[in-house]
Amino acid sequence: MTKQYKPVPREWQLVMDEETIARAISRISFEIVEKDRDLKNLAIVGIRTGGEYLGKRLAEEIQRIEKIEVSYGVIDITLYRDDLSSAQSQPTLRGTALPFRIAGSRIVLVDDVLFTGRTIRSALDAIIDFGRPRRVELAALVDRGYRELPIQADYVGRVVPCQRSQLVRVRLSEMGYRDGAYLIDREDR
Amino acid sequence: MVDHLLGIEGLSKNEIHRYLESAQSFVEVSERDIKKVPTLRGKTIVNIFFEPSTRTLASFDIAGKRLSADTINVSAGASSVKKGETLLDTVRTLESMNPDVLVIRHSESGAPHFVAQHLSRASVVNAGDGAHEHPTQALLDLLTLRQHFAESGRDIEGIKIGFVGDVRHSRVARSNIWGHLALGNRVRLIGPTTLVPRDLATVFRSDRVEVAHSLQEGLDGLDVVVCLRMQLERQDEHFIPNLDEYSKEYCVSERVLARCCPQSVVLHPGPMNRGTEVTGDVADGPRSLIRRQVNNGVAVRMAVLYLLARTAEPHEVFEP
Repeated sequence: MTKQYKPVPREWQLVMDEETIARAISRISFEIVEKDRDLKNLAIVGIRTGGEYLGKRLAEEIQRIEKIEVSYGVIDITLYRDDLSSAQSQPTLRGTALPFRIAGSRIVLVDDVLFTGRTIRSALDAIIDFGRPRRVELAALVDRGYRELPIQADYVGRVVPCQRSQLVRVRLSEMGYRDGAYLIDREDR
Repeated sequence: MVDHLLGIEGLSKNEIHRYLESAQSFVEVSERDIKKVPTLRGKTIVNIFFEPSTRTLASFDIAGKRLSADTINVSAGASSVKKGETLLDTVRTLESMNPDVLVIRHSESGAPHFVAQHLSRASVVNAGDGAHEHPTQALLDLLTLRQHFAESGRDIEGIKIGFVGDVRHSRVARSNIWGHLALGNRVRLIGPTTLVPRDLATVFRSDRVEVAHSLQEGLDGLDVVVCLRMQLERQDEHFIPNLDEYSKEYCVSERVLARCCPQSVVLHPGPMNRGTEVTGDVADGPRSLIRRQVNNGVAVRMAVLYLLARTAEPHEVFEP
């Protein structure tokens, strides 16, 4: 039986398909394990909402490879945004859940698209309010460039060259879509 | 468009749920080691209380501080109100501080509405006005019930709730009733005819509000019982013969609850007169959600400030 996926607009240009995303997650998992053998204190933290499911997949993949328990949490950065007063509508709060000790941990932050870096800045502030991690790394499925802050990813699924005005969207099976990353011209939004 | 929270009357079901969902997220913030988020940094919140209050004022103050806003508390006794300044003049003076949110409590019904009409840029939150409304108390009661029913796999929509006591003078009851009607719930008002006149139900323009003058009949089949504070000065105003007489008829005890509505839970907006409107075995017993109400107070006020402060417009530079 084939699964029914929600469709995405035809104009959206596919830049990463199901297989590419799966391979990227697998590769990043190996890189995380390789970079630092201290896996006891490893915790994967997905940034809501884009990084939530990717973070979960990464944590599961590392558990499969290493046969160990990997802590997993989600973080809602809404309360730490620097554009709250200019945002058009009130972003919904979805809550933060970090069910492990932050102090001394090795945290890998996960987001779907790395763009200006402002979300990551907010996430760092949020995490540090919970304790002092030993180190924080960053994984992103897509790096689209145009950073506005000195922030770089340690692990990247794919670098997607694009224009600043274009949008990059990631759709995953957890949201009811076929896995895919898309490049979108503004008008088609 | 500047948003205000002047009352629960007129809020839609979705708007109420939006407040409650945000408040639930702020419960988590209040449980952290560092209970502060930078969300409202640089915003100014003025809490102006023309009526004495410790708990509500403290709750608003701490909510603002946990959101990193600057909070200023003005109480009527210490301000120029005592010197004869009008409400409008006081508010104009406060507006010169460029507040983003003005939280106001006043003994006159409608005072926050009046202030909201005369302020152009700040959001106004009603922290209790006369016998009219106390919307944040109602929201925290609703949040407490939502949490309780969610834990037992039920929904807050479709329940039967009763208010026992001085409904006539209770702004807490009024705000709660509007909230429960918006959620589609059935409401019963229970008390002596002086405090629960039969036509009080017509105020709410709904056939889901009914009046009962006997405690036993009123409690029958309720999911939630709200005990209202009996204000001690009411006996001097001849609404009740005296407090003893009142509590004989209307004090909510474990015995009467076990008989009339054994599954019910109990709320009390505080401060409590034990033995007058509710007995100690109920207040401290397993069906009491009173402690939880207190815990939810700050989270609800954080949610209200968060949702409103961002709609405040930037202040214009004053040019003489």
